[in-house]
This record gives sequence, C-alpha cells and structure tokens, in this order.
Amino acid sequence: MTLTAEATRTRGAQPSSAALRRRRSSREALAGYAFLTPWLLGFLLLTAGPMAYSLYLAFTDYNLFAPPEFTGLENFRRLFSDPNYLQAWKVTGIYVLVGTPVKLIASLLVAMLLNNSFRAKGFYRSAFYLPSLVGASVSIAIVWKAMFIDNGVVDRTQQLLGFEAGGWVGDPGRTVPMLILLTVWQFGAPMVIFLAGLKQIPTELYEAASVDGAGAFRKFARITLPMLSPVLFFNLLLETIHAFQIFASAFIISNGTGGPARSTLFYTFYLYIRGFQDFQMGYASAMAWVLVLVVGAISLVLFKTQNRWVHYSGESK
Amino acid sequence: MSTAIAPTGPRRPVADEHSAKLRRATRNRNRGKELLFHVVTLAIVAVILYPAIWMLASTFKPSNQIVGNVSLWPTDASFDNIRTALGGIGGVSFWTFFTNSLILAIGSVVGIVISCSVSAYAFARINFPGRNVFFSLMIGTLLLPFHVVIIPQYIVFNNLGLVNTFVPLLIGKFLAAEAFFVFLMVQFMRNLPRELDEAARIDGAGHVRIFTAIMLPLMKPALVTSSIFAFIWSWNDFFGPLLYLKNPDLYSLPIALRLFVDQTTTSDYGAQMAMAVLALLPVLLFFLIFQRYLVEGVATQGLKG
Repeated sequence: MTLTAEATRTRGAQPSSAALRRRRSSREALAGYAFLTPWLLGFLLLTAGPMAYSLYLAFTDYNLFAPPEFTGLENFRRLFSDPNYLQAWKVTGIYVLVGTPVKLIASLLVAMLLNNSFRAKGFYRSAFYLPSLVGASVSIAIVWKAMFIDNGVVDRTQQLLGFEAGGWVGDPGRTVPMLILLTVWQFGAPMVIFLAGLKQIPTELYEAASVDGAGAFRKFARITLPMLSPVLFFNLLLETIHAFQIFASAFIISNGTGGPARSTLFYTFYLYIRGFQDFQMGYASAMAWVLVLVVGAISLVLFKTQNRWVHYSGESK
Repeated sequence: MSTAIAPTGPRRPVADEHSAKLRRATRNRNRGKELLFHVVTLAIVAVILYPAIWMLASTFKPSNQIVGNVSLWPTDASFDNIRTALGGIGGVSFWTFFTNSLILAIGSVVGIVISCSVSAYAFARINFPGRNVFFSLMIGTLLLPFHVVIIPQYIVFNNLGLVNTFVPLLIGKFLAAEAFFVFLMVQFMRNLPRELDEAARIDGAGHVRIFTAIMLPLMKPALVTSSIFAFIWSWNDFFGPLLYLKNPDLYSLPIALRLFVDQTTTSDYGAQMAMAVLALLPVLLFFLIFQRYLVEGVATQGLKG
C-alpha cells in the first residue's frame, strides 16, 4: 500500500520522467518492429498466409485453372479410402519408426566410443559427420542406387558372404530398408550433438559410481542416459520430424515413380505427385494438413511427456 | 602418509619398484586400449566412407567397370567420364548449371546473413510488446513441415508469373523464413555481454549503431557457420528447384543431375558418377576447409536447443 502510494507520489511529482520513459519504451517498440521486419514479413507472407490459404484449399477442389470449388470434407473422406495414400502412410511409418531409432542408437553408440581422451578424435568426428552433409543430395542417391542395384557392389558382397543374390533397388521388400540404411548412414549430425552432451557430464559422477561398485551397464542406465536425456529429446524430436520429409533420395532411386510396386511412395512424394503432377491442389493441401496435424501431435506428445523422462540439471532451464 | 612410511626405510625402494611396475602395466594397458579404440574406430570409418570413396573412384573407371566393381582403385583410369559430364545435357553446358547453383547459393547466403541477423537482433536485444509470442511462433516454424506452405506459395508465384525465375527460391532467404538461422543467431547474441550495448547506449548510440558497430563484428563465428550451412543447403536443395525451375537453362545442378540420369542410357554409369561428383565437389571443398565450423556449429546449436 505504502509502496504504491509512494510510487504514485513520485510519478505525480515527476511527470516528465514518466512521459520520457513511456516515450523511450515506445521508441524501443518501434525499433523492435523495425528490426523484426524481415522475419515478420516472411512469417506473414510465406508462412501464416499460405497456411491459412492451404487450410481453405483443403476443403476445396482446385486444379489451378478453374476457381476453387468448396467441397467440404470430401478431400479427407477420399484420402482415407485412397489405397495410394494408405500405402504412403505405411511406407513412411515404417521408415520413421525403424529408421529414426536405429539412427539414434547408432549415433549414441559411436558418440560413446569417441568420448575418451585418445588422439585423432577430431578426425573421426569429422569423418563421421561427412555423410550428414551430403546424404540428402541427389548425387548420393545416385551412388546409393548404383551400389544396391542388381549385381552392384552390395549384391556382390552378399553373394560372397553366401546370402541370397539380388539387387535391392528392384525388390519392393528391400527398397525401404535400403533407404533406412541411407538415413542411418547419416548418423553423424546427431552423433556430434550426443558427443557434445556427453562431454558435459561431470566425470565425478562416474568415479563416485565406480566407488559404489556400479558396473558399466548400471553407469550407462543411471548416469549417462538421464544426464543425456535433454540432448536425446532434442535429437529424437528433430530426427523424427525430419524423417517424415524424406523426398529426394526416394524420388531419384525410383526415377520419379515411387516404385517398384509403390514401395518408395513416401508421404511427401505422393503429395508432390498429387499437387504438382496431377495439379490437385485441394487434395494435396488436405494431405499437407494431415501431415502437419500428425507431426504436431507427435511433437506435443514428446513435449508433454518430457517431464517424465527428460532430466534437466543445473540452474537454467 | 609419507611420515608413517618413513621409519620402514629399507623397504621403500622395493615399494617404489613395485609401483613403477604397476604404473608401467597400466600405461601398457591404456596403450592397448587406445590401439583397440583406433582399430575399431578406423574400421567404422572405412565402412562409412566407403560409398564416398567408391563414388570418387568410379568417376575414373570405364562405364562397364563400375557396377559390381568393389575395388576403390580404377585400373584403367581416364578422364573420359568427366569430359562427358562437363559436356552437359541437351545443349546446355555443365557450367550453366554450375553458375545457376552458384547464383542460388550465394543469393541464399547474402539473404540469410542480412535478414536473419537483423531479425535475431530484435529477438535478442530489443524489448517490445509481443516479442515472446513472435519468438514462440518462430520456434514453431522450425518444426513445421514446409509442405503445408508450398502449395499456396506455388499458386501465388504462378499467378505472379514468377515460376521459372529464381525469385521463389530466394525470397524466403531475404525474409528470414529459415528459422534455424534466426534461432542460431539469437542464441549466439544472447551469450554476448550486455555491458557492451549498455556502454554504447550511454554514449548515445542507437540500435542501428549498436547492431552494425558492436554486434555484427562480434557475431562473425555465427555468421560464418550460418553462411556455410546456407550455401550447402541451397547447393543440395532438390525440392524447390524441382518445383520452380522448368527451363533447362535455369536448372541448378541437382535438377540437371536428375535429367542427366533420366536421359543417359542406364549403362553410362561413369558419366553419372562423374557428374554426381562434380555436383558435390564444392560441398566437399567447404567440408575440408570449414569442418571445424560445421561440426562445432552442430554441437553448440544442438546443446542449446
């Protein structure tokens, strides 16, 4: 009470300073919006506006030539009875659910291998990182195709090792595994992030655990994993979202068809075919919005459950 | 401790000798461990880098000796494949594609460095109403699948007659639409000492001056990291050019590469490999020169996420 009274009194006594402060803060605000202009424009014109427009399009039939025709939920009803769409979900689902965990496990294992005081770690780290930089390119997709084709390097090797002969590119049962291998090959980026996280774990924790007689597995389960959980959360979120968007490698390896037998018809690939080859903009927009809802739901679940398994230590959050 | 041992003088040399032996044994064990580490890690490196080296080697092999040839050493090495690849496709020279890719990549770098650093300054250093809401929206766009905006964007650019120009591919870079870079720069700026701005403020400097004279020079590492990533991502981008570039004269390398694979007979793997390598060459050069920046960039960006 007295404080507010005093505050009003001082404010009353010096009206000029309050006005000055107000003027300064409105000048601050002006400067803020001025500096934010590029992002604000980009957000309105390239993200928010288009999102609203595609939400509208999702309820219409639109082929770029005739004006959009409102059809209500028709697109969504058609989606879930479209065998190609269900196939796209199946292929993408397997790719995300298998590829992401395998990639993360591989990256964590290699990060733990590199987390020591031996020499040449910088070289190893860079060498492992290289595939992450080039893996999504058309060039690597071409190489991957040449390696996994009939009588290719991989086929020769499996013949040599006594496995069943045959290329992976033409075998509908092996195209997704081939692309999973391609994403696992790019384990370097999450590995670098894991490695940085591992370095932050105080060695005293491990020493104390050793004194208490903890074995390697216990130390991993009770120290490494909990201490690494924020980094694990970050990697899991980004890699999962990323995996949903696989496009270029599937496009190149299947020659733009999604074959053989629709086995590489990934979600974004089918969206591309519907939107930009068939020009069914309404249908493709409906597909895009379902993807946004699914990815949003997954992110939400990860964020909501993080207080159960993500352990933030230290002062700042 | 040492005083307690002192009376047992005669036995000390023995103890010393014993502990020295022990130390040597641990050192040997550590050396053994290190050797094992290098053997294991090098084996993994060999597997991981095999496709990249195989690709390089295939560039110099005759076309009929590529598929199924496990060897990393071309026996009849020649530059024929590279010559074919440099010949281009359908009357358009390889260097046209290369120049297009270069224009797009440099345009991306310039756009991202300017627009993202300016926007990041607003987020990191200026107090204005709505800042936190905008910041959350910006983080949200990091997680948003871009497919939801690509259809309306295409419709609008098509109506404006901008399909078959570089505008749709570059405008987002100049409007800070790549939230990743804004985020990276905000995080970097937040770690710079605030006293610098305050001192400049007392001297009467405004935001424009603080940004250009104090922040930008200090942000160099973040700007370099962003530029490298912006260049490489633009260089490797396939989806954007596939949508917007229809005229072969405007093709960037990845799209040209796809056309090349479509048009050459499937047996000419040599030329395909050569063109794939040529298309990746700038990325590999960037990697060799800037690997520290790249790897550190990933490490710090990841930890602060």
